[in-house]
Amino acid sequence: MGMFDKMSGGLAKSRDKFKESMNVLLDRGPALDEGFWEELEETLVLSDLGPEAAFSIVEDLREQATRKALPDAYAVLDMLGCRIEAEFASGGEGILAEAPAIVLFVGINGTGKTTTVGKLAKAASDAGRRVILGSGDTFRAAAIEQLQVWAERAGVEMVERERGADPASVCFETIERAEAVGADLVLIDTAGRLHTSDDLMRELQKVVAVVRKRAQAPVYTVLVVDATTGQNGLAQAREFNRSLDLDALIVTKMDGSAKGGIAIAISHDLDLPIIKVGVGEGIDDLRDFDAHEYVAALIGDYTSDEGAIEAHRAEEAAAPPKMTWAEFVEMDDASQIEKKKHFWEKW
Amino acid sequence: MLENLSSRLQGIFSGLRSKGRLTEDDINAAMREIRMALLEADVNFKVVKAFIARTKERCLQSDVLDSLTPAQNVTKVVLDELTELLGRSDSKLVMSGRIPNVIMLVGLQGSGKTTAAAKLAYRLKQEGHAPLLVACDIYRPAAADQLQTLGGEIDARVFREDGADAVRIALDGIQDAIDNLRDVVIIDTAGRLHVDEEMMAEAAAIKEAVRPDQILMVVDAMTGQDVVGVVEAFAERVDFDGVIMSKMDGDARGGGALSVREVTGKPIKFISAGEKPDALEEFHPDRMAKRILGMGDVVSLIESAVRVQQAEEEMEAAEELARGNLTLNDFITMNRQIRKMGGVGKLISALPGGDKMLGSGQIDEGALDGMEIIINSMTAEERVHPEVLNAGRRQRIARGAGVTVTDVNTLMKRYNETKKMVKKMTVGMNQQAKRPKKGKKGKKTRRRGMGIPGLDGLSMADLRNLSNMMGDK
Repeated sequence: MGMFDKMSGGLAKSRDKFKESMNVLLDRGPALDEGFWEELEETLVLSDLGPEAAFSIVEDLREQATRKALPDAYAVLDMLGCRIEAEFASGGEGILAEAPAIVLFVGINGTGKTTTVGKLAKAASDAGRRVILGSGDTFRAAAIEQLQVWAERAGVEMVERERGADPASVCFETIERAEAVGADLVLIDTAGRLHTSDDLMRELQKVVAVVRKRAQAPVYTVLVVDATTGQNGLAQAREFNRSLDLDALIVTKMDGSAKGGIAIAISHDLDLPIIKVGVGEGIDDLRDFDAHEYVAALIGDYTSDEGAIEAHRAEEAAAPPKMTWAEFVEMDDASQIEKKKHFWEKW
Repeated sequence: MLENLSSRLQGIFSGLRSKGRLTEDDINAAMREIRMALLEADVNFKVVKAFIARTKERCLQSDVLDSLTPAQNVTKVVLDELTELLGRSDSKLVMSGRIPNVIMLVGLQGSGKTTAAAKLAYRLKQEGHAPLLVACDIYRPAAADQLQTLGGEIDARVFREDGADAVRIALDGIQDAIDNLRDVVIIDTAGRLHVDEEMMAEAAAIKEAVRPDQILMVVDAMTGQDVVGVVEAFAERVDFDGVIMSKMDGDARGGGALSVREVTGKPIKFISAGEKPDALEEFHPDRMAKRILGMGDVVSLIESAVRVQQAEEEMEAAEELARGNLTLNDFITMNRQIRKMGGVGKLISALPGGDKMLGSGQIDEGALDGMEIIINSMTAEERVHPEVLNAGRRQRIARGAGVTVTDVNTLMKRYNETKKMVKKMTVGMNQQAKRPKKGKKGKKTRRRGMGIPGLDGLSMADLRNLSNMMGDK
């Protein structure tokens, strides 16, 4: 099944909002005047990309637009998609796909770690994998019970200990159990903690160290980021990465009106791939991530008509690969753009 | 990390000294910096725009432009404007005469409603009320269990009920409060997205049914630009009375607070800063303004130092220290206190100009830990009477700690310097106690006797000493 309808379903609201401001940009007419660039920067800042990143993206586009003599705002917005796409780190596809694997979920409080673990467990066990859950959040009240409910929904086993137990020992037991029953995917929930809390970060460091030492299967640590997070998200991600050496990101709560620009900033800054995007409360509302779709859903799509989406998907398959930002920068002038199917005009 | 705003402004204005008078262009340059600082702090773009326009006007008034210290004056104007905006109206929790009073909490998922509910109950209990917590989150698995556990910890009654109707649970909860003689009901609702029509209708329905005296919205201090859309939607549908900013114990600057005030006009009532039930604090607009601008929150830091200090043994150590007897044990105690307060990095960054020092690598955060290791290799006698350390002992300690004798010598040198510094400061402090100065800092010092060793009454020169002590490894 194509990525497009899934992502666009969940991202519809964020897209509408972004589209709105993009339309405002275009309503000014296609002229590339000072006002256009200012509004473009504003739009990017409002998506939580961060003021400096927004500024540098606008400068980049502006320079390229002048050098390549881009004709109008359409062409610029076209390239904006490629430019943002170029910010994402790639890779990470294997983390939840390969077997066996042990994945730890970390992050600050309230980003949706437990829910994410629950949804992933369900998806993996539906796909025929043997999943075991580890309830490493022994701190928050009722976190174990919450994960227990998810484990029952997914029909998988969960290893737990009483509240207040040493989370590292829970992980140890989880791995022992996984090896004993021959599970090929171990998902471990951890307690949310602020990156500024030294003691709790040290505790988490120990948990990860214990898992890495004990495990025979590859171990991955995944940071769960709330899409509504602002610029502090970068500080969080840096601190978690410094302590734990992260492998990937999962962005949750993309079904609100937040645009998740901070995830782009984190992915770029720390070179961490985004592997899943949470777009709703339902058990299958955790989608695979695709940079192109993420950006396309944010910028493009002027239709919600099913037929048009079908047609688009067919076209997508047939069309030559889209131009990347790097290719665009390499290019000498705007006349060559015609050769490639490009971002903006196809929607 | 963002550089301190005032030092950046200083940078802009320092080149202009010779000009004698600032022009509008200079103010524009300053406004650009302020704009960046506010955006970095997640203040909404549109709010920033309006704020800058207003502030600029004030800065262009002649008393700012003609002053000898334009940088300080511009900073002051910005701070004043921010503080004014953040705290224009009364932000206390108002209780009505009705019994039971009903407080309803709303917010997005993961913003910290359930935790805030328990903290609020704890606070009300301290004030002599008998709160009842009502678990109206029927969606998230085990949400009621969480509230029940938290309620149990603070010994507050929790009302829960199986069923799929949140309105019913809320109403039954209020009846339960009447039956059990509770005077305040705190209704914890499910987290909901502002764009989720059905869920927003549910919140409105609960409000309609229970007619709460206060509706508080819980907002995560880390929320980005989208906070405006969120609070607007909540204000329109449930019309809340005030805000609890949660997760303020992180290093998020909390620019959302400003956006909330500007967009909805609702006051921030509390900030929630910690995992423990007592971590619900009153909101201080002046501190928040400084935090948003990245100007260091010295007052809060001193308070947190005071809190850490309260333990009995530490009080004793402080008294000992006040007499000028600094032992190596105090070094370890100090190191542990600093760690409790979030490490050297946090300590330094909360001091004005600290961000810059951290950024330029002048501070080595691990230095104190290195010292602790060496001290741990000493005997009890050596720690209390370091003067007995001779070459042989030093060699033994170095072997024990896995370092060279030079490291041990460096430690002892620093110890002696610190001892001198502390002596100097305690003398200063005693004088201060006799001749009280105006201002918060002085008051704090007198009451507690001692903050973290040497933090109160710290002069810039002493700060430099302190950073040398930690830094030059």
